[in-house]
Amino acid sequence: METARRRWTFKMTPVRGLFLLIALIALAIVLVRLVLGLGATTNLNDQWPWGFWISFDVLIGVALAGGGYGIALIVYVLRRDGFYPIARSAMLTSLLGYVIVVLGLLIEVGQWFNFYQPFISWGHHSVLFEVFWCISMYTLIQVLEFCEIATEKIFRGAHGLLKAIMPVLLVIGITLPTLHQSSLGGLYYEMIGKLDALWWSPLLPPFFLLSSFLVGPAMIVLETALSARVTKHVVPLPVLRGLVRISAVALLIYFIAKIGDLLVAGELGGAFAGTFASNMFLLELGLGCLVPLLLFFGGACAKRGGLILYGICVVAGVVMNRFNVVMTGMGEYLNRAGGQYFPSWTEFVVSAGLVCIACLIYLFIVENFNIVGEPGHGEEQSRQEGKFVTD
Amino acid sequence: MTNELTAGKAFGALVDIPRCIGCESCSVACKLYNGLDWEEERKRLTAADRAAEPNKGLWPEDWTSIAQYNPEKDGVRTIRFVKSQCFHCDEPACASACFSKAFQKLPQGPVIYDQSLCVGCRYCMLACPFDIIKYEWDKAIPACRKCQMCAPRVAEGEAPACVAVCPTGALFFGEKEEVLAEAKKRIAAGDYIDHIYGEQEAGGTGWLYISDIPFAEMRFRTDVTTRSLPSYTESYMGATPLVGIGWAAVLAGLYVYNNKGKDHLD
Repeated sequence: METARRRWTFKMTPVRGLFLLIALIALAIVLVRLVLGLGATTNLNDQWPWGFWISFDVLIGVALAGGGYGIALIVYVLRRDGFYPIARSAMLTSLLGYVIVVLGLLIEVGQWFNFYQPFISWGHHSVLFEVFWCISMYTLIQVLEFCEIATEKIFRGAHGLLKAIMPVLLVIGITLPTLHQSSLGGLYYEMIGKLDALWWSPLLPPFFLLSSFLVGPAMIVLETALSARVTKHVVPLPVLRGLVRISAVALLIYFIAKIGDLLVAGELGGAFAGTFASNMFLLELGLGCLVPLLLFFGGACAKRGGLILYGICVVAGVVMNRFNVVMTGMGEYLNRAGGQYFPSWTEFVVSAGLVCIACLIYLFIVENFNIVGEPGHGEEQSRQEGKFVTD
Repeated sequence: MTNELTAGKAFGALVDIPRCIGCESCSVACKLYNGLDWEEERKRLTAADRAAEPNKGLWPEDWTSIAQYNPEKDGVRTIRFVKSQCFHCDEPACASACFSKAFQKLPQGPVIYDQSLCVGCRYCMLACPFDIIKYEWDKAIPACRKCQMCAPRVAEGEAPACVAVCPTGALFFGEKEEVLAEAKKRIAAGDYIDHIYGEQEAGGTGWLYISDIPFAEMRFRTDVTTRSLPSYTESYMGATPLVGIGWAAVLAGLYVYNNKGKDHLD
C-alpha cells in the first residue's frame, strides 16, 4: 500500500496528446499577446473592451465551477453524507475551474504585472473589487483544501494541521463564492441603459448566484460521466438523481423569478421582438430552463441518459446566459454607432488551451491522488455504507 | 495638487455648440499641452469623417475632437461642430468601477487616471456612460487614455488648454456654479433648446453643453440615466461585508450543529 501510494503515473493517450497540442498552441499565442499586446491577438476594440475571454474564461469558468461550493455546502455543512462520494471530484474540478479563471484573467488584463494592485490600492466602491478579492482568496482556500488531500500522499507531516483547519476553510470557502458569484452579476448592474432589458435587472446578483448553484449538479453529472471512462469509477445513480433533484428545484425557482422579474419590469414582451438578442434569450430560457424542467418533472431523470441530457441542457443554458450578458445583450448598445466584434480564432484557441490544461491536470491528479476512489481511512468505510439521505 | 487659489472650489466648463466654428484650435492645444502624438492615419481625417467614426474621433492620442454634423434647422441644412472629451462627471462611473483606484475625481473637478495603479481590466470603459475611455490595444503595456482636463492647470485655477485657446467663446471655463449660470444666461438670451446637457445626465457632469439643435441629432446619448451611476452599486457594496459575515456565521453554526456527534468528513 505504501509503495503503491508513492508511485506517479500519467498515461499518454491520443486524446491527451491532442489536449497537449492545443495547450501548446495556446501558450504560443499567449506569448505573442504578451509581446505584441491585446490588439494583435484579439478582436477587442474601444467599443468592445470585453469579449470572449471575459465571458468564457471568467464568467463561465466561475459559474461552471459553482459545483464546488455547492457540494461543499450540501456535504460538509448540511451533512447530506450520501453525496460524499462525489465531493472530492466536484471540489477538484472547481479548483481547476478557478485555475482557468485566474490564468485567463492574467492573460486578459492589459497590465498583468499589476495584478496585485487591488490588494494595496483599495477601490472598494467597485463591485469588481469584491469579485477580485473573493476569487483570489477562494482560489487560495481551494488550493489549501486540495493540499489536505495531497498530503495524504506527499508532505504527510502537514496533513494533521490541514485536517484540523478544514472546518474553517470550508466555511470561508462557501462564503466567498456566494459573494463573488452574485457580484459577477452585480458587475452588469451598473450597465443600466447599455445591457438589454431582457438581462439587465436589479436582481442580476441573485440570478447569477442561483444559476451558479443549479449548474453545479449538472456539471457534476457530466464530469462524472466523462471521467468514468478514464477512472472506471461509476457514481451510483441515486447520488446523481439526488443532486439533480436539488438542481431542478433551484432551476424552477430561477425560471419563475426570471419570468416574474421581466413581467414586473414590463419587459417580457421584448422576448418576442424577433431580434437576434430576443431570439437568443428565448433559446437560453427554452433550452436552459424549460427543457430540463420538463425532463425532470416529466420523470426522464430517473435514468442515467436523462440525467446526462438534463446536465447538457442546464450547462448550455448557463453558458448561453453568460455569453448573452457579456456579448449578445450589450451588442445593440455597443454596435449602435458602427462598432463590431466577433472573437478572433486566437481568442478561441487560447480559451480551448486553458480548458485542455485543466483537463490534463485533472487527469493527472485523479490518477495519482485519492479523488474518486473509496476514502483511504477505515473510519470512512462505514460512512460509505451509510444510508442515503437526500431530504 | 492643492492651491490656496483653488481650495474648496470645483471647476467645470461649458461647450456652446452654435458658437463653435470648427477651427480645431482646441484639438491642437490639447495635443501640445499633453504631448500627444500626431498619428499618420488620423492626420487627414476631417471633422465630418470623425462624426462617422464609432468613437466620434477620440483615440488614445486624441483626447478631444471636433465632429461635424449637418442637421436641418428651420428647413435649412446647416452645419454644427461638436467637441467631444471626457465629461468629468461629478460622480464618475469610471472611478467607482475601478477596483484599484487608478481613476480619481479631484476636488477641483478633473477626473484623472494613473497608469501605475491600473491593472488593465477595462471595466471603466464599459462603465463610462459616454464611452470616453480609449485603450492602447497595440501596446504590450497598455494604458487607458482620456482627457485629464489639464489637471495641473485647473489646480492653479487656470482654464484647460482647449478652453484657453478657443477664439469664439464657444468654450467657457469657471467654477461649476458660474458655468451653470452662464449656460442659463445664454439659453435665456439666445436661440437655444432649453436643455443643459450634463446638468442632470449621469447625475451631473463637470462639462456642460448647450445647443440650438436637438442633442439626439448630434449623437449625444439621450437615454443616459440621470441618477449618478456609482449610486447603483454603493448600497450593494456597503451591504457586502455584513452579508458576508452574517452568511459565514450561519454556515459556521450549521456546520457545528450538523456535525455534532458525527465523525468529521475528510
